[in-house]
Amino acid sequence: MTEALPLIEMRDISIEFPGVKALDGVDFRLFQGEVHALMGENGAGKSTLIKALTGVYKIDGGSIVVAGQERQFHGTSDAQSAGISTVYQEVNLVTNLSIGENVMLGHEVRGAFGVNWRATHKAATEALATLGLEHLDTHKPLSTLSIALQQLVAISRAMAVKAKVLILDEPTSSLDAAEVEGLFRVMRVLRDQGVAILFVSHFLDQIYAISDRLTILRNGRYEGEYLTRELDRHELISKMIGKDLSTLSSLGGNRRAEERDYAAEEPLLSAKGIGRRGSIEPTDLDIHRGEVIGFAGLLGSGRTELARLLYGADRTDEGEITLHGARVDIKSPADGLGKRIAFSTENRRDEGIIGDLTVRENMILAVQAERGWARPIPRKEQDELVEKYITALNVRPADPNRLIKNLSGGNQQKVLLGRWLATTPELLILDEPTRGIDVGAKAEIQEAVAALAEDGVSVVFISSELEEVVRLSERIIVLKDHQKIGEIVNGPTVTAQQVVDVIAAHGVEAAAHSGIIDAEAGLHPSDSRQASVHALAAAKEES
Amino acid sequence: MTAVQTPRADSSAEASAVSKIVARVKRVVASNPSVLPTVAAIVIFIGMVIYGEVAYGRIVQANTLSNLLINNAHLIILAVAMTFVILTGGIDLSVGSVIALSSVAGVMLSNAGWDPLVVIVLMILIGTVFGLASGILIQYFNVQPFIATLAMMFLGRGLAALLSTQPERLSEDSPIRWLGEQFKVVDGEKVNDVVVTPGVVIALLVVLAAFFVLHRTRTGRTVYAIGGSESSSALMGLAVPRTKVLVYVISGTLSGVAAVVYTSRLGIAQNITGIGWELDAIAATVIGGTLLTGGYGYVLGSVIGALVLGLMNVLITRDGGIPPKMTTIITGGILLVFVLLQRAVTSKRHT
Repeated sequence: MTEALPLIEMRDISIEFPGVKALDGVDFRLFQGEVHALMGENGAGKSTLIKALTGVYKIDGGSIVVAGQERQFHGTSDAQSAGISTVYQEVNLVTNLSIGENVMLGHEVRGAFGVNWRATHKAATEALATLGLEHLDTHKPLSTLSIALQQLVAISRAMAVKAKVLILDEPTSSLDAAEVEGLFRVMRVLRDQGVAILFVSHFLDQIYAISDRLTILRNGRYEGEYLTRELDRHELISKMIGKDLSTLSSLGGNRRAEERDYAAEEPLLSAKGIGRRGSIEPTDLDIHRGEVIGFAGLLGSGRTELARLLYGADRTDEGEITLHGARVDIKSPADGLGKRIAFSTENRRDEGIIGDLTVRENMILAVQAERGWARPIPRKEQDELVEKYITALNVRPADPNRLIKNLSGGNQQKVLLGRWLATTPELLILDEPTRGIDVGAKAEIQEAVAALAEDGVSVVFISSELEEVVRLSERIIVLKDHQKIGEIVNGPTVTAQQVVDVIAAHGVEAAAHSGIIDAEAGLHPSDSRQASVHALAAAKEES
Repeated sequence: MTAVQTPRADSSAEASAVSKIVARVKRVVASNPSVLPTVAAIVIFIGMVIYGEVAYGRIVQANTLSNLLINNAHLIILAVAMTFVILTGGIDLSVGSVIALSSVAGVMLSNAGWDPLVVIVLMILIGTVFGLASGILIQYFNVQPFIATLAMMFLGRGLAALLSTQPERLSEDSPIRWLGEQFKVVDGEKVNDVVVTPGVVIALLVVLAAFFVLHRTRTGRTVYAIGGSESSSALMGLAVPRTKVLVYVISGTLSGVAAVVYTSRLGIAQNITGIGWELDAIAATVIGGTLLTGGYGYVLGSVIGALVLGLMNVLITRDGGIPPKMTTIITGGILLVFVLLQRAVTSKRHT
């Protein structure tokens, strides 16, 4: 690569939040016509660096030079007028307005009588056309589009303002494989037009597929800048987490060489024909002591719905649950908790953490709820409890008095895990505990799950990443279209691909190939292509 | 023969015109379901007019409709003000007491011999200052709109009471009364004239200006965007802080305008004027199809909402049999129907 002048040069950037240095002397360069990946674990400072560059955060030290000119950004509009546009992980558009307006908001074409809507929609269509989306009706509300298309509309918005720099902060986390490929096509076109693209993704495959160069951050510090093709995956991961990958990959998981004798053992929990109209068909399910049982299936297949029935977050319409051999009626989460069943939600931000409370308060919440609010937990006991799980789960920073919203996603998840562990559950249901968190934290959570099972806790493990489910689970319940379509006893020969096959193909046929013991007939063979594509995308991350 | 046929041909032509309009409305609603509550408001308003005409008579005639506008001009202005605020997802509870303060102050100053133009400008500015204070509290001190404007409501009411607790009469020769004077535009039979007051003209100008700002300026579109998602709007680089303050300034200023219009018509101001008007304005806005959570709604709908409330009062007076206490119950009922309608529309949008 020729050493032309970089379009953006961030030198020695430091940002401090109360009590913590989020960025400490970080350098970053971005050249015209390149795709530059910003790498690092959660909490390494990627988001902070991006927010410095987009004017959301003010920098405490260092300088930002754009096209040879030093700039001070006081807000997002400053950065945008410097030609820097950003597309975030969560689509940041307004669904109540039309597609065209979302592309043009703040840049509407104006005439003598205010906004000239005809010209504005025309300009929007032109911007959409650069991404091959000229067929969209710009007058329709944005809410009529899929998330993937909305993400592309967000990128069109950047095109409409003729951005020289495009920042894509995990734009792919809600896209399936085909949509990701479409996005990459667009990115290559833009790069060839000379746009400088900063790309963040947790999917290493994507980094290697699209980026030319990458900068690695670790713990808020600059780790180095490399050409992507000169750095292999192992080196990359080692540099990101600061230790050797082999310590992580040694995780054997819970799969066993020989089968348990399920018939001889009384299950901890046994569900017979439990269902709820509109969310999950009647399902049978046994969970044994010390077993990690995986729920596999696409988003919306009914995995979360089934888990919520077990915990009492939703009421069952039919069927019965026995616990320790006795029939129980789990009417509410408090009921579930009283029966030593804990449920960690997939929706970490809205249903999990309480952002304005500290790590300590978040962690003791479930224990306190269990005891009742009339009996506050003594401070000393709190400290012991919190200290124990902060250490056990390696929560960073290990400060119980920090507001949880200031922790990275992975560490928030660990605190939530600690919250439920503190209630000493017999059955722990983890819904997507590793979504959107980095390799290191993911491995730590997986390790914790395996260790729990060793200690005799039963764990229901739900994840979109099939590899992860296969690695950890003893048995895998496969769900599709709101019903259980099969059950796989995990063994050394089972692979994620086989689970995908079960989902994609016909249950009975696939059973013959992949050792399913309890496949039920009656699944729909349609959509098999889409299903496998999606599941593969989900399984892609770790290779 | 021909004499019999002609009206039949007329009625079928009329029917096809109506069905054309219905088809057109259906198309608009299909492409943008968020106009449905506003369309429903218009339909209900027309329904009320027809019901009133059939049941009591003398509704669809120039003087009744003129009076409807004259008597509700201030409410229309308030509903427009409230629309701006609610579109951003906020609320302004201070409008009623701003009117009280502004009216009492205005009448006293006028009676003290101040120049009427200066008095009018001051009356409006009182509203502006209140709105600015609310806006700054909400935007820069992070006070919830409900609380901030509630505080301003008490403040305004208290200041009005400090000025006077007696009804203050605007002197008969005050030029301000001209704004409430009735002008015949069309001289109809007997008393059936088309009449306007300058106050009505002001209200209509306010509606037009609001429509222009909301639909033809970047500021207006930012108002809608904030209602859609404030954080997204900020990340899109829109001027969120400025716009949020601005909607409260607009709301306060228009409250001042409404005070001028109301006082000029009535000629009396009192510290208890306008109690509960903020709720009338919210009701009008919601009936007109604006979503309380922000992002969806139209100024035109709010105007219809204000007229629905006004017409309801007219019908109740005409009926004579309905005790006036029923007014609030009926208002509540209509409001409930609309909120349920909105629920239906929004839940449809989510599926």
